[in-house]
Amino acid sequence: MPTPNLDHPTLPLVKQKFAGRKLFATEFRDQTTLIIDKADLLEVMAFLCSDERCQYDFLSDVTCVDYLNYPGSPAPGSTESDNGGPKGRFGVVYNLVSYPHNRRLFVKVMLDPTLDTSGIEDDPALHIPSVCGIWPGAEWTEREVYDMFGIHFDMHPDHRRILLWEDYPAHPLRKDYPVNGRGEREEYVVVDRDSA
Amino acid sequence: MPYDLKPIDLDVETTPYLKPQEQSGDRWTLNFGPQHPSTHTTLRLVMELDGERVARVTPHIGYLHSGFEKLGEVLDYNQYVTIVSRMNYISPISNDIAWHGAVEKLFGIDLTPRCKALRTILAEIGRIQDHLLCIGAAAIDLGAFTGFLYGFNQRERIYDIMDYISGQRFHPDYTRVGGTMQELPDQAVFVKMIKNFIYDQLPPAINDIRTLLTNNRIFRDRTEGVGQINREDAIAWSLSGPIARAAGVKRDLRKDEPYLCYADNWDGMGAKAVDFKVPIATAGDTFARYLVRLEEVEQSISIIEQLLDDIPGGPMNVDSDGKAVKPSKAEVYGSIEGLIQHFEIVMTNRGWEAPVAEVYAANETANGELGFYIVSDGGPRPWRARCRPPSYINYQVFAKLMEGHLIADAVAILGSLNIIAAELDR
Repeated sequence: MPTPNLDHPTLPLVKQKFAGRKLFATEFRDQTTLIIDKADLLEVMAFLCSDERCQYDFLSDVTCVDYLNYPGSPAPGSTESDNGGPKGRFGVVYNLVSYPHNRRLFVKVMLDPTLDTSGIEDDPALHIPSVCGIWPGAEWTEREVYDMFGIHFDMHPDHRRILLWEDYPAHPLRKDYPVNGRGEREEYVVVDRDSA
Repeated sequence: MPYDLKPIDLDVETTPYLKPQEQSGDRWTLNFGPQHPSTHTTLRLVMELDGERVARVTPHIGYLHSGFEKLGEVLDYNQYVTIVSRMNYISPISNDIAWHGAVEKLFGIDLTPRCKALRTILAEIGRIQDHLLCIGAAAIDLGAFTGFLYGFNQRERIYDIMDYISGQRFHPDYTRVGGTMQELPDQAVFVKMIKNFIYDQLPPAINDIRTLLTNNRIFRDRTEGVGQINREDAIAWSLSGPIARAAGVKRDLRKDEPYLCYADNWDGMGAKAVDFKVPIATAGDTFARYLVRLEEVEQSISIIEQLLDDIPGGPMNVDSDGKAVKPSKAEVYGSIEGLIQHFEIVMTNRGWEAPVAEVYAANETANGELGFYIVSDGGPRPWRARCRPPSYINYQVFAKLMEGHLIADAVAILGSLNIIAAELDR
């Protein structure tokens, strides 16, 4: 990996405003990712959205990556052993765009589960504040992350699963969920004419 | 309009005209879909009605969910194009181009000028294809069958072009990492087909549609002021594409984050970016979206015109020395290196080496920003292939647009958002 070129104009502003917090950044193909702590998320996001030198007014996407057994995990450019960077299994990625400055910035928060991840247990370590209060457009993308990865978004206006049904027994985009499923289709109760 | 419509109102209970009925039990619930002709595919809306007026609507989606993103983790960078092209199946070629654009960004591949020009032409064809359906379907949902027929008739010509270049009418799956599936069978025939389409077939049809709809009293009454959204809300709700531009948002990735022939110096010899205008409307209603789409078709024709006569010669695919691109068939059959390289890429236990990194690349497709966030673990398959689906993100605003409108307006708004359920649910 070449050394990341951290010349994104927003980084010094964040560094100055949040001096003393845990901030990390990485870059690949002119694309900068800022890695922050879960506790700082809302503060940093509010700053990025409203400060007139940042003005990230458009939230393009919210997604998540499961780094279970990822080569060299924790995430590239942020190994704890190398530079004391954040470690975690799930990375929630926010894709921010500033229309006035025509810039893109990725913000990532790493989360580490404390409970078994094969089911749908509500793990307190996988809770993260929702950014719907800053960008209302985060509503469905956060719901999808919850549905697929089981990350809970606190203070979300409508926190339900979206693509799968409520009692689906897993969060299928996690890496410990097999591609062929766990036989949900076979085991599902079939309602026929006589039993209905 | 008889009511002052408030397009965005987070708290429906504060909407004044609903107050009297609020606790009276007069509201009732209507289930709209999942199977309904105007939902085009499977969308379900649960509407809370106050008379014929919609007080609140809750979309339920996921009926077509088939785990596309999970499949992306078991298919390699070339194979996954078949899945991607089934997302927005109205303009599959645009999805192919967006997907491989992201993959090439990951590998750091710079395409040949010939491939860039061809992909730009096809991307614009895809845009026309999508807009023709959207405009036509917007008309048929409001009861104007003829407009739909004109639009669909022209889509048939596009199927012929796709059939000619790739052998597949509906899902061309034409792109590959570093190029395309195959060279054009015959460039002269291809150019002739496109010229016939953009000069002889399409303009009369567009004119017919415009004459039928733009000043049509019924169409305007049904669409003007319906499903209105303002600029600030459009940005806050993450809207992109024609829906955002109809609300006055000046944003088009072809201009703002240029790629392919939309960027200057695309052929490495100082060629200018293609010249086009980005249509903007300020009304933000269903009618404005229709106008923006219609004008975008005209702009797409002009982009194709600029490129069509000077498609650069030379190879279509990037030289396979980079080890990520499949060599041409002549190399495979004619040289031992080509044969080895071919099997290195095709065999499931070998494959190419990608950098261990994460990239996001987005294209401006007909519906808006279609992006792919690829996480690579260095293997032949993505670790994570996240799609930023414009339909999905645009659809979340539908419930807010519907508030206070009549049931019949649901189909008008739905048609103007151009929700493709296969992309919505993936």
